[in-house]
Amino acid sequence: MQYITLDTETDFDGWRKAARSLVLHHVPPSDVTWTVKGGEADLFAPQAPSPMLEVNEGTFNVSGKFVELAQAAILHRDPQRFAILYRLLFRLKDNHDLIEVATDPDVAQVTAMARAVHRDEHKMHAFVRFREIGRERQAHYVAWFEPEHHIVELAAPFFAKRFADMPWSILTPDLCAHWDGHALSFTSGVSRREAPSEDRLEETWRRYYASIFNPARLKVKAMQAEMPKKYWRNLPEASIIKPLIEDAERMTGAMIANAATDPHKPQKRPEAPMKRKTAADDLETLREEAAHCRACHLYKDATQTVFGEGPKNANIMLVGEQPGDKEDLAGHPFVGPAGQMLDRALEEAGVDRKKVYVTNAVKHFKFVPRGKIRLHQKPNTPEIRACRQWYEREVSAIQPELIVAMGATAAQSVFGKITPIGKTRGRLIDLPDGRKALVTVHPSYLLRLPDPEAKVLEYQRFVEDLKIAAGLQRKAAHAA
Amino acid sequence: MDVQRKLEILADAAKYDASCASSGTERRDSSDGKGMGSTAPGMGICHSYAPDGRCISLLKVLLTNACNYDCLYCVNRASSNVPRARFTIDEVVKLTLDFYRRNYIEGLFLSSGIIRSPDYTMEQVVSVARKLREEHHFRGYIHLKTIPEADDALIAEAGKYADRLSINIEMPQETSLQQFAPEKDVRAIRRTMGRLRLKLDEAEENRATKTKAKPQRFAPAGQSTQMIVGADSASDHTILHTSANLYGAYRLRRVYYSAFSPIPDASRALPLVQPPLLREHRLYQADWLMRFYGFDVGEIVDDSAMLPLEIDPKLAWALRHRDRFPLDVNRASREELLRVPGFGTRTVERIIATRRTTTIRLADLARLHVPRNKALPFIVLSDPRPPPPRLDEARLVERFKPKATQLGFGF
Repeated sequence: MQYITLDTETDFDGWRKAARSLVLHHVPPSDVTWTVKGGEADLFAPQAPSPMLEVNEGTFNVSGKFVELAQAAILHRDPQRFAILYRLLFRLKDNHDLIEVATDPDVAQVTAMARAVHRDEHKMHAFVRFREIGRERQAHYVAWFEPEHHIVELAAPFFAKRFADMPWSILTPDLCAHWDGHALSFTSGVSRREAPSEDRLEETWRRYYASIFNPARLKVKAMQAEMPKKYWRNLPEASIIKPLIEDAERMTGAMIANAATDPHKPQKRPEAPMKRKTAADDLETLREEAAHCRACHLYKDATQTVFGEGPKNANIMLVGEQPGDKEDLAGHPFVGPAGQMLDRALEEAGVDRKKVYVTNAVKHFKFVPRGKIRLHQKPNTPEIRACRQWYEREVSAIQPELIVAMGATAAQSVFGKITPIGKTRGRLIDLPDGRKALVTVHPSYLLRLPDPEAKVLEYQRFVEDLKIAAGLQRKAAHAA
Repeated sequence: MDVQRKLEILADAAKYDASCASSGTERRDSSDGKGMGSTAPGMGICHSYAPDGRCISLLKVLLTNACNYDCLYCVNRASSNVPRARFTIDEVVKLTLDFYRRNYIEGLFLSSGIIRSPDYTMEQVVSVARKLREEHHFRGYIHLKTIPEADDALIAEAGKYADRLSINIEMPQETSLQQFAPEKDVRAIRRTMGRLRLKLDEAEENRATKTKAKPQRFAPAGQSTQMIVGADSASDHTILHTSANLYGAYRLRRVYYSAFSPIPDASRALPLVQPPLLREHRLYQADWLMRFYGFDVGEIVDDSAMLPLEIDPKLAWALRHRDRFPLDVNRASREELLRVPGFGTRTVERIIATRRTTTIRLADLARLHVPRNKALPFIVLSDPRPPPPRLDEARLVERFKPKATQLGFGF
């Protein structure tokens, strides 16, 4: 039998050194007894511990996951932890993958211990309550805490980083941690009497605690699951938990019984009229009206109406299909990737973007949510038809000479019927009202082309189409 | 009025806001010796719990509970007879620092009634955060409520100081907002959420591209929102559909569901009954299924528009899709395992790691922390005997329903 004595309850290095040499000497776990110096003596232990076994040549590796688990589990208060860890280590030597087997009893036990330690550490971070000694500036903050496991050294650095600018001490029965503003130090445990018993802010804190509690939703079990009673004796707010619970039903009943005030008459927000105006449209009025459009159901899930933008006297009007994700969020047409593509092509074709009015055939974003993204959906004919009134009114407000329809949806709106792009693309077409129309592809079509060569070719064609618009713009500038 | 009394009024006024998390932000501390505070990466710290089961992690107060608006569901509405108070900026700053020093809180969650104008109100809220960060070098968590339609520059500044920004959608459907909060405009709320998302995206892109200039910080813990459940007639399907839309459109970190609870001096137009806490709980479970388990809204609330109250939504789904079960735990894919009642995401990870080296048996369920009763009808393990309950049993659902008990508060 090997008798190993560790220096302290949390002596991981000592355990590691001993365990390593025991494993290398093939000492089976049943032949080892672990004790801690000054701890409860093992009844059968000899007066002096066994001499440390010489470490042979050779070494062995265990996974980092085991080391991580062991460092935490060794802080558990269970006196058997050293033996359990050694048993697992002994088995791991020949079976590296064992640590991943969650159903193995040793792995499960060590994992549970490590978890309990981390939970206790987390609770210490949360439930330590400092009390001020002396007044600010020279104040010292002292807390009393009773951890379940040996976690003071583990938990202390958190407080040092958080309360770096104030001197504090956390006193516990096992070990006390101190921070002087520069370094952490530890002294042995003390009794509760050593800790200050109150703080000038505790009454304020209790008032806050009582006010933030909603008596109509009492869920005492949920509270206790997260804040077990064992922590209550050191929480200043705990003294009012019982009276708050006892009073909750009465308070809720009173609220329900006294429900007697008359609601104010709801003041209706003035809704924009949806009926069509006969007079010529002012662009700003149109924009405001369109913001409330409910002509189809697309408004429901979209963020906002994305109305056209550009100068009132533009002689060219570009019509796209519908706003995309980014346009929907920003509220402006053509600001996403397709918009950047359009800007580049316009510049290359020699069209002055600032003199062009840009809009979409459908003014709400149509999509289906797929987890964290919104998948663009093509608008259908009823939606295009419902939105067409805005397009028509934009045309009558701007009076453009040329309307460029980009993509099939836009063409459908411009011509008032389904119009294939292939046949009409790239030439000026007379519209019934005397304006000219030009049909081309939508810039997002170019973005979607998978073949890089086709992409370049199609982009060139797109620029060529826009050059027709550029020619017209130059002519108009000349005439003016 | 002394600060303590103000605190009582303004904390009372803030308690109906469910969002109080302090998680998901960047890692910060004060080990440089300048100022105070830190943020925990990953999970937040709850410093206390109230008897309503909710955690207290932040000092959650209103700057003022005076409000121009008259939203029926709100305790602070203009026509309510509750006592009014207003903190000065310095009072909130001092309270936050004093509470923080004693480790009562993780930081501040500041909201406000809307007074004068959205810009004025937002400016006041931002001032508190600015003072905490710039004058006191406070490194703790700050959550600010965004006022809809506040100026873009103020929103940008709020994002510079805050960890999280939020704006409440309030009602799951537009029509109820019109009915209960006629002065609030759901379009304005959505526009603000959209602007926040664009700013969040921009900050993320800046972080991803390495430049010498320090990227402009913007709310590293993202944005969240809250919906009130049970005040209007919206079905669970409507609520979850709205949530799915909000997650997809604005990349919200969280949608909080707040069971409408009786408020002092309430309006007659609202149902003054015990809040539907169980319904709220089921909605959170369903929300979880959407975010972490790959469920679609349509799958969660299938044939009826409401989630069943007596069993959880995943179990309800499994009972509707018995043809897909039982699954062989030792063979099924990750996606399939995630659909087994009683299997959490961590359980599934552990099962997948474990079965690489060994087979999983009935006796192992306890070590995997799987509730036997719930999972057993839906799985097959490597044991020779098939599990006792049969999937085609008509009364299978009875197995899972809680036993009838006397109503009351357990303590």
